Amino acid sequence: MQAEKVDQMVARSAAPHTEAKPELVRFDAVSKSFGALQAVRDVSLSVREGEFLTLVGPSGCGKSTLLNMTAGLFAPTEGTVTYGGVPVEPYNQKVGYMTQSDHLLHWRTVARNIAVPLEIAKLSRGEIRDRVDELLDLVGLTGFGDHYPSELSGGMRKRCALARLLAYDPETLLFDEPFAALDAQLRLKMQMEIRRIVAQLNKTVLFVTHDLDEAVALADRCVVFSGRPGTISEVLDIPLPRERDLFSIRHNAQYVQLTARLWDEMAPSAAAGEN
Amino acid sequence: MIMFISRLGILAAFLGFWEFASGRLIQKYLISTPSDIAATFWEWLLDGRIFFHAGITAIEAIAGFLLGAFVGMTIGLILGRAEKLAELLNPFIMAFYSIPKIALAPLFIIWFGIGIEMKILLTATIVFFLVFLNTYTGVRSVSQELVNIMRLMGANERDVMRKVVLPSAIVWVFTGLRLSVPYAMIGAIVGEMIAANRGLGYLLSHASSQFNTAGVFAALVAIITMSVLMNTGVSLLARISMPWEKAKQKREISI
Repeated sequence: MQAEKVDQMVARSAAPHTEAKPELVRFDAVSKSFGALQAVRDVSLSVREGEFLTLVGPSGCGKSTLLNMTAGLFAPTEGTVTYGGVPVEPYNQKVGYMTQSDHLLHWRTVARNIAVPLEIAKLSRGEIRDRVDELLDLVGLTGFGDHYPSELSGGMRKRCALARLLAYDPETLLFDEPFAALDAQLRLKMQMEIRRIVAQLNKTVLFVTHDLDEAVALADRCVVFSGRPGTISEVLDIPLPRERDLFSIRHNAQYVQLTARLWDEMAPSAAAGEN
Repeated sequence: MIMFISRLGILAAFLGFWEFASGRLIQKYLISTPSDIAATFWEWLLDGRIFFHAGITAIEAIAGFLLGAFVGMTIGLILGRAEKLAELLNPFIMAFYSIPKIALAPLFIIWFGIGIEMKILLTATIVFFLVFLNTYTGVRSVSQELVNIMRLMGANERDVMRKVVLPSAIVWVFTGLRLSVPYAMIGAIVGEMIAANRGLGYLLSHASSQFNTAGVFAALVAIITMSVLMNTGVSLLARISMPWEKAKQKREISI
């Protein structure tokens, strides 16, 4: 019954929504080696503004390497990475980065953690207070501003890290398996939250995961990686509606079909990785 | 409360046995008696001698502690952030670290005389290494991922230092400070025992040279008291400087 509803929604938003948007991030024949180890080989990929892109593949296939290059943490060995048409320089401040570990400053309260980027941007105290309140509200942490991170649950810590990430309003959000450590229920809740917030703020997202369900459920487009060194084996368009209910989507025929296809795609490389 | 009373009980039993054993099981000139020690201590209290000597020792220990801690923290922070420089200096630092610092005392006497300065510097040298190594370790343990995240937020080196490195190293700094308290006392007291006519170390060795066992023990009591006070001071400072540690303890413990 819920599946029907989702299917109707799919029909309504069938028109691809990312078509007209300009390109924001571009990987051009990018390879990256660390010493003798080649992490990424010959990756070409274009990310459009406002797109939610998931990168999925087995561990160690260089997905995170692509995020790091987008952030300018290091340069590709071969090829170019451009952001907004310009080659990425160290510390691309147009992006925000969130990793599996939330990296909250445990000596600061929730509110003061969120305030960190605002302090760096030298906002006045009043401005910081207003913005922090707004962000607490956005991520559903109202009333927890005075708590220390050690007093929070795993999900709340993620929310806090997300609020801090959004505080300085980066254009593009890089997520590196941010919810891997959460239990299934909490993960679903956080995924819904991410979709809602990203849509609301119109962010571009590169989201690395090894969870196939997550990769399909969240994405506008899903990039499938294989092996080591990492290469793109396929780019899947996910024609699910922009506003989707991640809970009922599990019954959506298209969703089921797409995840099944991903499973088939990944199974051989997963089997090969096992030895 | 029961704990406190039990502890008092243990102390009383110990002192009682000591009082009894002295002169009966062990010769009195070796171990004196608690009552004699208390009498000597009381006499020193009354004539003010203990305050004078304890004051001298406290100044040496605290000044040396502060100096060593400050320099140790500063250099620890700098080397912690300057990887190459730290690597370059590593063998020299380790060579200095491996010297028993007390062995430097004769050299310090030649350089600085037998006054208070020599004890302060000896203490500072000992404290320096403990605080330096802990601070350095603390700075190096800051996650590079976190620093990168801050950089992407637009942080410059100063922001990273002030908002991330300093606060996350502070736990380590306090570990170093706490370790340093007894060593600061060692520096001051050994310095006084080697060459001085003032301070608790002098009082100790003076009493010992006259076979005044009660005096030796009375001086030890004063030294213990001062160590405990300094320890408490550092712990208090740690609690004030790190309010988040208290929040951590409040959290329920689960396995």
